[in-house]
Amino acid sequence: MNDIPTIKTPAVHNYRPEFVQQGELTKEFGVVEKPLTIFERLYNNGGLRKLAILLIIGAIWETYARHLNNPLLVPTLTDTLAAFWEAIAEGVLPGRVATSVRLLLQGYGIGLLLAFVFTTLAITTRLGNDLLELLTSMFNPLPAIALLPLALIWFGLGDKSIIFVVIHSVLWAVALNTHSGFRSVSNTMRMVGRNYGLGGLGLVFKVLIPAAFPSILTGLKIGWAFAWRTLIAAELVYGAASGKGGLGWFIYESKNQLEIPSVFAGLFAVILIGLFIENVVFRFIEARTVRRWGMQT
Amino acid sequence: MNSMPISAPLLEVKGVTLQYKTREHLVTATYRVSFDVHPSDRFVLLGPSGCGKSTLLKAVGGYMAPTEGTLKLKGQVIRKPGADRCMVFQEFDQLLPWKTVKKNVMFGLESSGTLRGKAAEERAMQYIEKVNLTKFTDAYPHTLSGGMKQRVAIARAMAMEPDILLMDEPFAALDALTRRKMQDELLQLWDDTKFTVLFVTHSIPEAVLLGNRILMLSPHPGQVKAELNSDGTDPVDRTGKKLSDTIHDMLFAEQVEEMAAPGQIPMPVRNRLPAAPANVAPSRIEPPIAGGPLT
Repeated sequence: MNDIPTIKTPAVHNYRPEFVQQGELTKEFGVVEKPLTIFERLYNNGGLRKLAILLIIGAIWETYARHLNNPLLVPTLTDTLAAFWEAIAEGVLPGRVATSVRLLLQGYGIGLLLAFVFTTLAITTRLGNDLLELLTSMFNPLPAIALLPLALIWFGLGDKSIIFVVIHSVLWAVALNTHSGFRSVSNTMRMVGRNYGLGGLGLVFKVLIPAAFPSILTGLKIGWAFAWRTLIAAELVYGAASGKGGLGWFIYESKNQLEIPSVFAGLFAVILIGLFIENVVFRFIEARTVRRWGMQT
Repeated sequence: MNSMPISAPLLEVKGVTLQYKTREHLVTATYRVSFDVHPSDRFVLLGPSGCGKSTLLKAVGGYMAPTEGTLKLKGQVIRKPGADRCMVFQEFDQLLPWKTVKKNVMFGLESSGTLRGKAAEERAMQYIEKVNLTKFTDAYPHTLSGGMKQRVAIARAMAMEPDILLMDEPFAALDALTRRKMQDELLQLWDDTKFTVLFVTHSIPEAVLLGNRILMLSPHPGQVKAELNSDGTDPVDRTGKKLSDTIHDMLFAEQVEEMAAPGQIPMPVRNRLPAAPANVAPSRIEPPIAGGPLT
């Protein structure tokens, strides 16, 4: 350690000469930026790719149905589409859809309101937190449709029973996601809110809800999917006692009359509405909120 | 400076003991800490991790109550968070991602009811200009760099024109160059408005550069070790020792033996370093960048 050798090497270790580029730098690298070809750009569009897949599936369906030649089991795609247009033209399907959507929106709305009350209680009080955790762990795994028999006894045959099960299907999914979203809001952000005098509901509305919006939106999506499924199932089970039935009843009725293309047309409508909500409504909300805010990529 | 009467303290911290509970322990963060912050002070709380400086700042912010002692702002006991003390945090998520730069700065003004509408907007713009972010008024935080985010946070706090600005290692998450720039900008802002700031850091160079008064805390639990003046130039005292070195030696007085521990530069190497003029002396174990962490 102490025997420092006499200096033989230069002061700078690994000496190499310095250099500076003289004059213009080379321009031989080809393109810096050029537009992609039309095909490349079309292929980058996810919607177009999916549309292509859809067309292929449709073609397979049509071929298989024609090959099977049994409209009672599998009607052709063209028959289904024809039945679909006919049901729309006659005004049957739009009426059924309107009934279903009205019930859905009522149940969904009330469900969200209750979820909001529960989660607000849960983040403001410890007992509220316990209550919500207990209730969600009990009711979340319970299929909403399983409550329909009870609902029928309590509320009778009618909209109320259906709305009850829809509420049940929405409430827990949304509450669970909103609550976990609230809890994952960083302490720093809460402290910022409190620094500027926010507390209680002010903090919930101005900081927690927007900060937890990605989770809340996930909850809304899951809740919507649950509600839609539950609604159609409930309508299938007990049909239309209150006069006009919904989409589920349309499917059930068509089956009873052995109008299989109409059954497919009913299912088609269920899928279309699902796609519309998921890909248009929620996509729009997402683009205007979490994506713009950089909270989700 | 020498015989001028001292103004009444703006912030009085008297014998403050802070304790908090984790799941398993009761932790004493600071023990009987006292200090006074006067108007237009750039008061720095300096100490290694675990000296309770951040906890102390939270207590001044009103986020936690002391188990012993009192904290007073303008003679009033601090009981809860309030807009008369604005915090700037280290974390970038102190900005609300769903609001643009302007809306973020306005958020404080409007939430606290200080200013509304047009008036809030004007005040916000004024402070956004002060931190040189006019071009980014309508940008969302996720499109900004770390330094810019911190400047927005500083603008938001300063726009409130609070009695005291509380800064919790606001530049610690920035890269060395940005950090250096932000320190200069903060000093410029101070030259402009002479605000009062309580600044927490664990970097000695940062404390020496930014503070006019430096409170040194010892770790586990935090106790006052010294209170020194600084003029930002890291002056050399009568014995030829720089202020930063004095601070360093004081904070590490008991830890000299530990310095040869793995990962640190062992003592023999330091002893072999050639003698050099005082102003270029290799500064102990600190990284060569300005504002390198102390621990």
